[in-house]
This record gives sequence, C-alpha cells and structure tokens, in this order.
Amino acid sequence: MAKPSLATTKIPLAGNEAAAYAMKQVNPDVVAAYPITPQTELMQTFAQYVADGEVDTALITVESEHSAMSACVGAAAAGARTMTATSANGFALMWEVLYIAASLRLPITMTVVNRALSGPINIHCDHSDSMGARDAGWIQMYAENPQEAYDLLLVALKAAENHDVLLPAMVMYDGFIISHTMEIVETLPDEVVRDYVGAYKPAYALLLDEKPFTVGPLDFHDYYFEHKRQEIEGTEHAPAGLAQAAAEYEKVSGRRYGPLESYRADDADVVMVALGSTAGTARYVVDVLREQGKAAGLMKLRTFRPFPHAEIAEALGNAKCVVVCDRVASFGAFGSPTFTEVRSALYEVPERPLVINYIYGLGGRDTGPDLLEQAFAEGFRVAETGKIEQHVGYLGVR
Amino acid sequence: MATLKELSHREERFTGGHRLCAGCGAGIIVRQVLFAAEGPVVVGTATGCLEVATTLYPYSSWKVPWIHNAFENVAATISGVETAYRAFKEKGKIDKEFHFIAFGGDGGTYDIGIQALSGALERGHKMLYICYDNQAYMNTGIQRSGATPKGASTTTAPAGKVIPGKMQRRKDLTAIVAAHHIPYAAQAAPHNFMDLMRKVEKALAADGPSFINVLAPCHRGWRHPPEDTLKVSRIAAQTCFWPLYEIVDGRWKLNYKPREKKPIEEWLKFQGRYDHLFKNGGHPELVAEIQADVDRDWEDLLIRCGELPPRERPEEEEKKK
Repeated sequence: MAKPSLATTKIPLAGNEAAAYAMKQVNPDVVAAYPITPQTELMQTFAQYVADGEVDTALITVESEHSAMSACVGAAAAGARTMTATSANGFALMWEVLYIAASLRLPITMTVVNRALSGPINIHCDHSDSMGARDAGWIQMYAENPQEAYDLLLVALKAAENHDVLLPAMVMYDGFIISHTMEIVETLPDEVVRDYVGAYKPAYALLLDEKPFTVGPLDFHDYYFEHKRQEIEGTEHAPAGLAQAAAEYEKVSGRRYGPLESYRADDADVVMVALGSTAGTARYVVDVLREQGKAAGLMKLRTFRPFPHAEIAEALGNAKCVVVCDRVASFGAFGSPTFTEVRSALYEVPERPLVINYIYGLGGRDTGPDLLEQAFAEGFRVAETGKIEQHVGYLGVR
Repeated sequence: MATLKELSHREERFTGGHRLCAGCGAGIIVRQVLFAAEGPVVVGTATGCLEVATTLYPYSSWKVPWIHNAFENVAATISGVETAYRAFKEKGKIDKEFHFIAFGGDGGTYDIGIQALSGALERGHKMLYICYDNQAYMNTGIQRSGATPKGASTTTAPAGKVIPGKMQRRKDLTAIVAAHHIPYAAQAAPHNFMDLMRKVEKALAADGPSFINVLAPCHRGWRHPPEDTLKVSRIAAQTCFWPLYEIVDGRWKLNYKPREKKPIEEWLKFQGRYDHLFKNGGHPELVAEIQADVDRDWEDLLIRCGELPPRERPEEEEKKK
C-alpha cells in the first residue's frame, strides 16, 4: 500500500464546520440528527453535503434527539457506520438510549457541542450536558479548538470501531466559543481520511449476517451482570484502542493526541487542570505567570472517559497544588466531576499534591485570563502555606 | 393470498415455547403476520409483553433478525434499520429484498411511542408498523392507557365506589395514523385471520409506511376465559366496537359489515373488566353512553367508507326545520 500523502489543506473553519467536514470525509452510511443550538450549523452543513451529493450518507432527519439516537442504534445494529451530533437538552433527551447504544456495543460516533442544561434555559456553553453522561459507557473526548474538533472525531471513531473496544464515542467542544469561532484548520486529504478510518467492519449486522439473531433481549439477574462486566472490559480496552488510533493518526497528520496534554507542568508548583477551550486561556496565563517567575503549569485533560487516572498521577504527582477547573456543578457532590476524579487519581501518589476545585463559566459566563490568574493565585497560596481554606470555589460568580 | 393449506407449509419464523400467556392475542397475531410476510424480514419490537416473553436471554423465539431498543422508540429504531438497508442497497452492499416490521403494544404506540411513530410515518420509511392493541399496559399489570376504552376497569383507573373505571374515550389511533397520508393503514383482529393476513400482504406491498392496528385480546386484563380469545375478538367486530377497515391511499374501505349489529352489552358482559357496569344496579347510563359512542363512530366510519351518504351540517338540518 502506498504511504498516504502528508499533503494537507489549511482552511478557516468554525468548530461546527470542522466537525461537519470530518463527517463528510468519513462519509458514514447513516446519520440521524435533530437541530439544536449550538449544534445546528454542524448538521446544516452536513445536510448540504448530502444535498449536493458530496457524501452518499443516508440522512434521517428525525423528529427528536430520542429518535436520533434510537435510529442510530437501529442503523448501527443493521451494520451501518453511523454518526450524529447534539447539544444540551437534546443530549439529555437521548439519555436512555445512550446507555443502550453502549450496552449493545455499537460504535456510534457523536459530536456534542457543549451547552448548559436547562433550567433555567440557556444556550451557551458549559459542560453540564456531557458531564452528566460520564457513566453512560461512551468514550468521551474534549476538543480545545476547531482543529481538535476535526481531529478527535476521526481518532474517536477509529478507536470506537476497534473490535477490542466496540463502544460508542462522543467528542465535545465548547458551544459558541469553539462551535462558532473560525480558526485555521489543517485538514487531511479525503483519501487519507478514507484510508485512516478504513472500510467499516461491524462486529454484528442484522442485515448482513447470514444467520438471523436477536439484538436487545431481556437480560435478568442470571446474565445482566456478566454482560455489564464485558462492557466494562470494553472500556478497559479503550485506552489502548485510543492510543493505537492516535498513533496511526499522528503518522498521517503529524499531530499527537494523548489522553492528556501537559504544558510547562513538569517543574510546576501549581498545575491547573482544564478541559476544552479554557485550556487555551490557561496556557496563556501559564506563560504570563512564568514570565513573572512563578512555576505555573497546565494539564489539559482530553479524554475524560475512560479516565486516564494513571497518567494523571504521573503528570501531577510532583506538583504542590493542583487547581481543577470544572465548567459544571455537581449538585450535592464534594466538588465537580473532574475534581473528584483527579483527586482520587492522586490518592496513592507518595507526596500527593493538595487539590482545589473551581467551578466556572456556567451558562456561558465568560472566563478570561483574569479569572484563571485568580485561581492560580489561590493555588500558589495553598502551595506555600500547605493549607486549603476552601476546597471548592467559584470563578466569576456574583 | 395463500390458502390455509399453503400457509400450513410455510416456515414458522416465530417459534413456540415462548412465555406469552396461554390464550394471548399477541402471539397469535405475530404468527399470522410472519406467515403473511414472505421473504427476508427484520422485526423490531417495543418493550412490552411480546418482547419480554419472546426473548428471555439466552433464548429467542425469533428466527428472523430482530431488534429491541426501548419502550417508546421501535418506530425510530426500525427506521434506522430501514435507512441502513437503503444505504446498503445504494452502495451495492446487499442484494436481498427485506421487509421491515415493527411491533408495539398500545402503550408503546398510542402513548409513549406516538411521537416516534408519527416521525417515522412522516419521513416515509418503507416499514409496516403493527400495534397489537390490548387496550392497557398489560406487561406492567393492566394500567390504563390512551387505548383503554371508556368504562373499563384497570389498576390505575379502577372501578371504585365513586368512579366506575376509565371515564375517557380511547384515542382513534388508526385515524391519527391515516392523517399522515401514508399509502396503507388498516384495522384488523385475529379472529379474521384471512383479513389480517391479506392486510399484511397489502401493507408490505405498499410504497411507503404502512400501519395495522390489531385488536389483541388479553384475558388477564380483560377477564375472559383464555380459550375465548378469538371469540371476544369476533364479538368486538360484531358489535362494531372494533370495525375492520382499511385506508388505501386515503380511500376508506369497510372490510366487514355485520348483518345485524349486536348490542354493546354483548361485548361488555363478556369481560370481567366491565363487571361493575352491571353488578349491584350497575351503571346503565354509562352503558348507554358507550353504546351511543359506538353508534356514532360506526356511522362516521360508514360515511367515510361511502356506505352512507354524508351527514348534513347542523345549519342545513336547521334550515329544513
């Protein structure tokens, strides 16, 4: 086989356009989707590809997100490579079927454009939608920018379809902040993407397998547990599947995508943990603080599920204080999801750092460098004094 | 249409040994439907009696590709399978000709699944949706649904000292479905299996979505002897409680007209769920109301089917006076 060309194209794309472009190049058999802000432009763009014959995908314009995910399950079980996208309340409406898709081991790939869940109703970004589904059995990756929105969708799809994994995957990016912001995106040639994702080989296919079989039977106490154990095993294989998909992607793109990405964190006293677009802001703040002689660092968390606990212990083990930023509230919990997971990952580190949590940016509240500097300042105070005054704080709330 | 003898030689694709109750209407219906659906078929089933009783892992009664997703989404699920089929056809990945059949109970169709059904019908997927209508949530234990008829006692609308069972009329789902302008919709019942199977054949031959609402007697919920499933089904047709008709490309056609319409008491008195209408003085006013509803619906149907001239408008009736 000829080595794929590294010839790429740099084009300005908003996050939604970048994700739609990746979908176009994947050219899935079936897409089922429903409009919701801020995802809508993604599906509009894709629908235009369908209307113009640039893909030969069968598009199902369903009457709700519940039916979107239901139709995806039907199509994927039939043996089709299947994709969709959503946001917020639409994502919440899919909830029931998210679990079913994972338990049927159907590698559906979905873009989730992060938007705050109602109520009150709000259309802007936070991570309450996807964070709520962190235990649904899906691979979850957070993209920082349109480039990652494009790249991670391809990597996630390849890992999801790996027969040792066979789990659905969702790729998130921040509503409006990324979905509607244009940046230069380096896209791969169509044939490179086509070769990278390869021909789809479903593990089972209602329409293609010779022998008829039953999908989704009633499963009682005598088998349910074993089937769930197998599903857990799929998630245990996901890190290797993701690593393999990322390594192959690096070969064709030159871009490397691990579960996390450290920035000036090796010798940092205070390391901030952030997901999505905020990681970009944090990187800037780290540079500002470093110029002031402060040992600040960043650990961007890219893969939230499966949670890369060992890599996190490795990456954060030498810090004095870890400042975890969460764009979601976890009502009644001791801190928000990233905080509890990171803190747990550090439990067995010999000299474990102190960990504090900041909840920020709910409902799209703008979170600029000043707010992150404020969080870092508290991190340095904790690092110096060795004392946490408040485990969970807020940035930019009145 | 195959003869009974020919049918007896067709392959059983819905095997016995399932756990539906003896005398369950749903099992009889599914067997008849699959007999009528020749060639490769994919079946989707909503959560409900039919699903839980036929696919208790690791067993399955289905010798066809079969999928269950959830309660309210069989129409969406089968539309996904059907779309994948069209995509495969387009790409030359498949050469078999498949039919797609969804089964949902009345709860999964009239109520929680009506949105998914409506969406799938509007989108025009080539699939046959069969509602096996046993007129309550039987799988969870006889709770009232949008299909439960007026006066019936269920566990969530029980006949009590003050309220004599369900006080609302059932939805006319077949008419709701017909309003989607699909090429074929019908109402059938298992006692008239030739009619049901002919309808399945017509439905599967239709160029687009099709729907059949099939009365599915449930002796656990209706309280009649299990061996009388087909008898109660016949009474439903004879009393015009459950007329048999079809709507082909928007044209309504009556398939069965009783020589003499039997009084609704025959239907009501046959089933324990209506006992309270007759015991201890009963509720004669409610029985009269149910009879009036049936009469009015039957007349409407006859008009729609061209068996009666259109009714005059009230203002025209007024002028004549």
